[in-house]
Amino acid sequence: MSTTDTARTAGAARTPTRPLVEIRRVRKSFGAHQVLRDISLEVPEGTVTVLLGPSGSGKSTLLRCINHLETIDGGRIIVDGELIGYRQAGHATHEMTPRQIARQRRGIGMVFQRFNLFPHMTALENITEAPVGIARIPSATAKARARDLLDRVGLADFAGHYPSQLSGGQQQRVAIARALAMSPKLMLFDEPTSALDPELVGDVLDVMRELADDGMTMIVVTHEIGFARGVADQVVFMDGGVVVESGTAAAVIDTPQRQRTRNFLESVR
Amino acid sequence: MTATRGADARASAAPPAFDATDDDVVAIPLRRPWRVVGGALVLVLVASFAASVLTNPNIDFQAIGAFVFDPRILDGVGLTLLITFIAMVVSTFLAVVVAGMRLSSNPVLVSVAWCYVWVFRGTPLLVQIVLWGYLGLLYESLTIGIPFTDIAFWQADTNALISAFTAGLLALTLNQAAYSSEIVRAGMLSVDEGQREAAASLGMSPLYTFRRVLLPQAMRVIIPPMGNETISMLKNTSLLSVIAVLELYTQATVISSQNLKQVELLIVASLWYLFLTSVLSIPQYYLERRYGRGSSRSLPPTPLQRLRRAIDARRPGPDPAPETKEVRVV
Ligand SMILES: Nc1ncnc2c1ncn2[C@@H]1O[C@H](COP(=O)(O)OP(=O)(O)O)[C@@H](O)[C@H]1O
Ligand SMILES: [Mg+2]
Repeated sequence: MSTTDTARTAGAARTPTRPLVEIRRVRKSFGAHQVLRDISLEVPEGTVTVLLGPSGSGKSTLLRCINHLETIDGGRIIVDGELIGYRQAGHATHEMTPRQIARQRRGIGMVFQRFNLFPHMTALENITEAPVGIARIPSATAKARARDLLDRVGLADFAGHYPSQLSGGQQQRVAIARALAMSPKLMLFDEPTSALDPELVGDVLDVMRELADDGMTMIVVTHEIGFARGVADQVVFMDGGVVVESGTAAAVIDTPQRQRTRNFLESVR
Repeated sequence: MTATRGADARASAAPPAFDATDDDVVAIPLRRPWRVVGGALVLVLVASFAASVLTNPNIDFQAIGAFVFDPRILDGVGLTLLITFIAMVVSTFLAVVVAGMRLSSNPVLVSVAWCYVWVFRGTPLLVQIVLWGYLGLLYESLTIGIPFTDIAFWQADTNALISAFTAGLLALTLNQAAYSSEIVRAGMLSVDEGQREAAASLGMSPLYTFRRVLLPQAMRVIIPPMGNETISMLKNTSLLSVIAVLELYTQATVISSQNLKQVELLIVASLWYLFLTSVLSIPQYYLERRYGRGSSRSLPPTPLQRLRRAIDARRPGPDPAPETKEVRVV
């Protein structure tokens, strides 16, 4: 994490780093309903991109395409130089096998609005399940690392708790630790604080802020404008399946160029 | 001035008739005399029925005692347990496969699984048992080879291969798999879709996800009805008497056809069935606890733990150890 760390401190001077995520002309329909229309986006390594947009604008779908939870109809998604979910053959791309896709997903962590912790496992087991069962890390090593991660999200005392014994905010922080346990190079957050009581939002955002400071590359869908302004290197406003405008947080949030962006920002303030 | 008036008002507002001691009253629940009457009536009925059975000169209680541990009966009990065990284990594996087919996105697999359940659930078990018993009439020999060719790796005479025991086992297993597959499917459907997504996002393969994430959660929903199915299976083994499998009920009828003590031997068999079904509910209890982990905030104590606590409570001694089941909800 130290290499990316320096990348981020250097990022203050906006030295161009290589894009970790390249989204090129991605299209996606559900039946006749075109949800993503020619989306293109780049996320430099070690930076935070916040996706804003009204409900139904395709933010979740785009995020889910990045780790191939959703197939795409056209275009390309490249993470760390690797085409996601497909392999190129001539002029077309062919979908990979579930096994190959599973391997790609290990490098991409995802945090969901509704936490989706495994209810039959303790916090610690939630975190160690994938490292031990999938990445074949020795159990003792994985446990030690899981305790470190729990400590990092402020839940050192809750290793033995089941999700039903944790508050929403605690569950979400365990979910973040679970995703981090696979040492991903990219973290996707889909409205991580939308299901939380207002007083629990801050703890989760703090963890995400620290993660950003440590140089993690993150794509975050959120309605927390304050978080976007404080943490985002890039803010992307989506509506109707297209990128309406993007730029620095200051540019998009404080001086939006498009009327649609202005209307949206009015509504969430 | 206003202060004293306020104090006066407060003093006069306090109702003088009710002071603190009057609030210390006992709340008496509603008396329900009809409960006592109803209970007594039912007890009388039960007692008179029990007396009519116990004093019945036509029932030879001595014979019941003599035959409960008769070696033939014990053989029958053993076979009944063996058939129940094999049929339940194999049918559960089959059920997981059929449920997986039903839930797959392959239309052929879905239809085949649907037809399987339709046929085996839609015809009487008794008929299926007799049909399997007659398998030798339908197919003289059984072959493993490449379908629609003459290439055979293995071949055997049906009647030699399919004994009454095998036929009965097949019938019970295939029938049970149809029922169990619906239970497994309901269990799988009960697991939140987000679980599959979370597992996938961590890089788990579909099979791994099924084994470690979906199935353990589905088990919570699956186990109670499967406990029922096991008890049904144990009793349904008695149907195998129609193809002369020497399980508990067949043994009882064989004996009674010789000594003509039909009722006594039926009672013997029933006592065994009752005993076995009671014993079977113990593993169910513990399985439910095992797979209930994390679902409730704290699990109820097991009978053993309860017993230990009751003993500890009676014994005066040092302070009990701190409660280990305590759950802190923050
Ligand atoms: N699995 C699906 N099947 C059909 N339509 C879907 C599916 N998932 C999302 N949609 C539709 O796609 C659109 C975009 O959804 P989503 O990406 O969840 O938007 P957002 O996250 O921005 O609110 C919505 O109109 C939604 O109804
Ligand atoms: Mg969404």
